[in-house]
Amino acid sequence: MTIGIRRRLFAALVPAVAIATAAAGCSNSSNNNSGAGAVPTLTGDCAQYQAYAGHAGKTVTMFASIISPESDSLQKSWKQFSDCTGITIKYEGSNDFESQLPVRVNGGNAPDLAIIPQPGLLQQMVGTGKVAKPPAQVVSDVDKYWNKAWKQYGTVDGQFYAAPMSANMKSLVWYSPKTFAANGWKVPTTWADMMTLSDQIAASGKAKPWCGGIGSGTATGWPATDWLEEIVLRTGGGQVYDDWVAHKIKFSDPQITDAFTQLSKWMLNTKYVNAGFGDVKSIATTTFQDAGKPILTGKCAMLQQASFYGAQWPKGTDISENGQIFAFYLPGINPSVQTPVEGGGEFVTPFSNRPEVQAVQSYLSTPDWATSRIKVATGWVSANSGADQTAYTDPIDKLSAKYLTDPNATFRFDASDMMPAAVGSGSEWTAMTDLFSGRKNIQQAQQAIDASWPS
Amino acid sequence: MSGATVVLADSTLQDAATKFLNMFGAVAGFLAVLLIVFFAAGRATGRFSRPLAIVIFLAPALILLVIGLVIPAVRTIVISFEHANDTVLHANNLHLVGGRNYAWVFTTGDNQHVLLNTVLWIVVAPVVTTAFGLLVALLVDRLKRQAVYKSLIFMPQAVSFVGASIVWRFVYESRGAGNAQIGLLSQIVIWLGWKNPPNWILSSPLNTFLLMVALVWVQTGFAMVVLSAAIKAIPDEIIEAAQIDGARGGKLFYLVTIPMIRNTLVVVFTTTMITTLKIFDIVRTMTGGNFGTQVLANEMYNQTFVSSDYGRGSALAVILFLGVLPLVGYNIMQLRRERSIR
Repeated sequence: MTIGIRRRLFAALVPAVAIATAAAGCSNSSNNNSGAGAVPTLTGDCAQYQAYAGHAGKTVTMFASIISPESDSLQKSWKQFSDCTGITIKYEGSNDFESQLPVRVNGGNAPDLAIIPQPGLLQQMVGTGKVAKPPAQVVSDVDKYWNKAWKQYGTVDGQFYAAPMSANMKSLVWYSPKTFAANGWKVPTTWADMMTLSDQIAASGKAKPWCGGIGSGTATGWPATDWLEEIVLRTGGGQVYDDWVAHKIKFSDPQITDAFTQLSKWMLNTKYVNAGFGDVKSIATTTFQDAGKPILTGKCAMLQQASFYGAQWPKGTDISENGQIFAFYLPGINPSVQTPVEGGGEFVTPFSNRPEVQAVQSYLSTPDWATSRIKVATGWVSANSGADQTAYTDPIDKLSAKYLTDPNATFRFDASDMMPAAVGSGSEWTAMTDLFSGRKNIQQAQQAIDASWPS
Repeated sequence: MSGATVVLADSTLQDAATKFLNMFGAVAGFLAVLLIVFFAAGRATGRFSRPLAIVIFLAPALILLVIGLVIPAVRTIVISFEHANDTVLHANNLHLVGGRNYAWVFTTGDNQHVLLNTVLWIVVAPVVTTAFGLLVALLVDRLKRQAVYKSLIFMPQAVSFVGASIVWRFVYESRGAGNAQIGLLSQIVIWLGWKNPPNWILSSPLNTFLLMVALVWVQTGFAMVVLSAAIKAIPDEIIEAAQIDGARGGKLFYLVTIPMIRNTLVVVFTTTMITTLKIFDIVRTMTGGNFGTQVLANEMYNQTFVSSDYGRGSALAVILFLGVLPLVGYNIMQLRRERSIR
């Protein structure tokens, strides 16, 4: 799952807000294409935006799931662009984005640009026939600056539509460098090392090696799907992963069963989990936000969670390479799979090909914009390899960017975000929760998910 | 930076102003139409005046009822026999599949559990709520300063189900042996000598009953107030007559009080039952339907809005509707009977 998770918790509880936003959407439909006069020359600081000049006074509407305070940083990042070119970007963020976007698009009230976090939803939108094709600059930027896999996630039926925007890195393990140093534990670089270290920590009796929590309100179960995805990518590699997402390889396939077995030796291992909370079953009732807290008190040693978990540590926690908290790259299993990296992200989807919309779209695909956004605030990473890597000030952002922009990495998008919603945010969540709470065994969980695949 | 804030505030203000203008415009337009219609109706005389008045007064309600209730209900029933054509589920490419969605509801193991839970909820929760309400009403009526106690017991009624669920979720929070407990229930049973209490919210089927506690906590106040009023409405002469005839304590309660408030009891019971049948927020907030606590209303929401499987969601909605229907009918009958007695 992507950062969208926290917002979904309350999505069900605020139908009033949904109605309000739907109503609000009805009132902005102004775009008068009058006077396409000569392109003015931009000077000084504005000269860099010359390519986007000539659309002064135009408005581009943008709809996304990102809400304040993150959206404030976004708006700041394109302020100069907006001031120089005269294009107003009318941004609207909603808690209910995933259910509102289809309503708006089907109702003929699509935004000019939508920032979609799920390739599955993008596919559904393309199905409506309302998504516009991107301008040439976006295509060339994506070819030039992104790992090939990223372009694939913005592509539907062979046609590329949406350029990636932000990215988050899922293949991280949070730990405490101080605790590690005090006990002489070393950061593992292979999966086998990681398991040896886990045994060593478990045997020492000082702490449990792993913490975990998959509780997330109505989205309970998503961190467990991430664990499974990490293992599938690490054991089977990119092709198996892709076939699995497409259901050419079923959950009950021996290769996926292997991954389940690995998982049961890791996060379902009584010796390894779940310090400070209870037994293995307590993973099902512990919220993912709380899961890492025992690392600070030394009760447990490691937590597998995405880069955005950095926001969960108490204010003032020293997050750095030798500090209280840091993260290491979740090592690979199968040596023939080169640097497996799982991540998530968002895609800028155009619903209009008006020139000013294309100008904004093009600008957002450039390394210049990515760098501009990186400089506004920490906690945001782009997989755009042209972005200024020295602009990152946060060590976790730096670490994430390093793996996300690695051209040789086997990068794959969060599988549950790409599977049909009935599985990816339905039966897989509940089946994994049942697996951890002991209501289902591996075989029963696999069958439940396979049976729910829409046909 | 402050420039950006000002610009933002400016555009928000403008936006708000347009919306308010639109709203006032709509209300004014509505009033104007009403005035014209009433004026026209007022001028009509002769044999048309009465039918015209009937149409004018009934039409708005009827039209709204058809748009808001009848059409969606029919549509839901139709969709409950349909299924999407492809794997990307849409609301707009459905085709008929007969009773497949219903077969799915009644034959899948997980769904049978959902139905069982729903039945448990509608049987246990209303009985316990009504019983508690009656007990408290009887006890509190004999106390001094009963208003204080009644207010205290009625207070949870002011808390939303979601709020109550969050509170009770904390009560049931559990930590493994050796860790400091943060949940009230675990700590209490440990003080009472139970060394290693279970993880409450995971313990099926106990957890379904623990969820019901939240409902009972909220609803008991309502039951108490209504029943207390009904008890007080029993004429003193009847009680005195019964006492002269030798009825005391339990006998007086079973043979006089209960029959006299029978109708109120039934209304309280069925109202709570309907609330229970629609229960959604408590399950959603406390467990999200996990750990074997899922109920019909929540599963309906998940199928429709999470999985976008409108067919299955509609089938569940229809089953829920059919379940509520006889209860509502019975409730209306009871109310009518009570009215005719008075």
